[in-house]
Amino acid sequence: MSVLPAAPPVASAEQEPGPIRLTRTALSRVATMCLVELQKLRHDRSELVTRAVQPALWLLVFGNVFTRLHAIPTGDVPYLDYLAPGILAQSALFIAIFYGIQIIWERDAGVLAKLLVTPTPRAALVAAKAFAAGIRAIAQAVVVLVLALLLGVSLSANPLHWLGVIVALMLGSAFFCCLSITIAGIVLSRDRLMGIGQAITMPLFFASNALYPVELMPGWLQVINHVNPLSYEVEALRGLMIGTPARLLLDFGVLLAAAAVMITVASALLPRLVRG
Amino acid sequence: MTPAVRCSGVRQVFGETVAVNGIDLEVVPGEVFGLLGPNGAGKTTTIRMITTLLPAPPGAIEVLGLDVATRRTAVRRMLGYVPQQLSADGTLTGRENVALFARLFDVPQKLRSAQVAAVLDVVDLADVADRSVKTYSGGMVRRLELAQALVSAPRVLILDEPTVGLDPVARDGVWDRIDEIRAATGMTVLVTTHAMQEADEHCDRVALMHRGRIEALGTPGELRSAIGPDATLDDVFRHHTGNTLTQEKGGMRDVRAARRTAGRLG
Repeated sequence: MSVLPAAPPVASAEQEPGPIRLTRTALSRVATMCLVELQKLRHDRSELVTRAVQPALWLLVFGNVFTRLHAIPTGDVPYLDYLAPGILAQSALFIAIFYGIQIIWERDAGVLAKLLVTPTPRAALVAAKAFAAGIRAIAQAVVVLVLALLLGVSLSANPLHWLGVIVALMLGSAFFCCLSITIAGIVLSRDRLMGIGQAITMPLFFASNALYPVELMPGWLQVINHVNPLSYEVEALRGLMIGTPARLLLDFGVLLAAAAVMITVASALLPRLVRG
Repeated sequence: MTPAVRCSGVRQVFGETVAVNGIDLEVVPGEVFGLLGPNGAGKTTTIRMITTLLPAPPGAIEVLGLDVATRRTAVRRMLGYVPQQLSADGTLTGRENVALFARLFDVPQKLRSAQVAAVLDVVDLADVADRSVKTYSGGMVRRLELAQALVSAPRVLILDEPTVGLDPVARDGVWDRIDEIRAATGMTVLVTTHAMQEADEHCDRVALMHRGRIEALGTPGELRSAIGPDATLDDVFRHHTGNTLTQEKGGMRDVRAARRTAGRLG
């Protein structure tokens, strides 16, 4: 038998972590969970292909048809170019919004309990899960972007812009992933979460600027659009990818604040999942 | 000597159900301590409180002298935990599963690979470490979970029904590893089970729980002797818990969990 590692002395057991240690732990856990997500993607790439079908249809069918119709005024920007960032955000939204189902599966399989018995603060665990969803969204985004290029969408060549795209996708996915974990923490069941996820996904998508400019929306929809984080994600993506006017500081500020708030709320509800 | 685990008047109530009703116990460092009892006796709830998954009032539960209510992170660092369900990630390899927990327990990077390899060797999975866990049998998954729990070198190993759903060979394989690890490291092992024969063979002391209370506590031999000269631990179990169907308390969730486990084992 191999020699097992020596147990740490009890005296070395640390005090409850302060803000600096919490941040360091959170970053370490985010890196760990992102690595695990990449390992999972490496072992099973089929999900990347199956999940690409829906965005491909949006770009190929909806995008091409509406480009020919000229039904949605997008100025000098071809409609397909205008649509591509919206579909990228939609693709990331669909991945993140059902992440709560994975958390419920992890609860049922005992994985969540095991994770919660590691020296990982709840907020760090939720942040790690949230950004792991972002990694999956980025992997998906690569597939959507290849499709967009094949369809002739003109994309920015500035590497800094693409760094911004990654950050926007990570923050947006973190928000929607935590929204999903929050709902999971409230409803506690996979079936209910599936129903709610389906009920809110399309309204979130249609009440955003993903498909059409805000100016075309009726007043009441514009109000919803202004409080919908997806709209800020799409605006940032559109600005960075195809160079349309964007309030990047506001967009990233809203995405960062929304993700932070939702990580806090989801962390508070996480133990309820294990107790429930 | 500071007890590995100390519970004083521990109580846990869910709505109108008293799951744990004032239990007192001390687990001595280095022993294998069995928490026995029928479904719904309060074993898993007690384990969940000890492992910080459920809240405990200050001073009620200590692990190696650390109060689980106020020193949660420090307590978790001392624990290795294997839950009732088969919880390894089937989409990863065995090595990746263990490495994940090495990272989550902050095993230093320069030691990580060696430590992961060592625990995989201890549980006899070194040869299949780079295979997907999907291809493992139920017994192999259980041993992998032992490796996950051991990679951080815990002082107290907590196992919740570690052999449920396993065939006799796989059960022996899991217990052999637990016995070897305990002999090699002097680690304290706290295990819940309702398999009386396993408890008799492998536990130094046992506590028999029923309806949230500890009904009997001692070595398996002491508990058997108290019932009669030829009594088995099964007789002790029946004596203290009764053996009627009306007293079975496993709820839908227990049934679902058992079915899920059976399903995952094929």
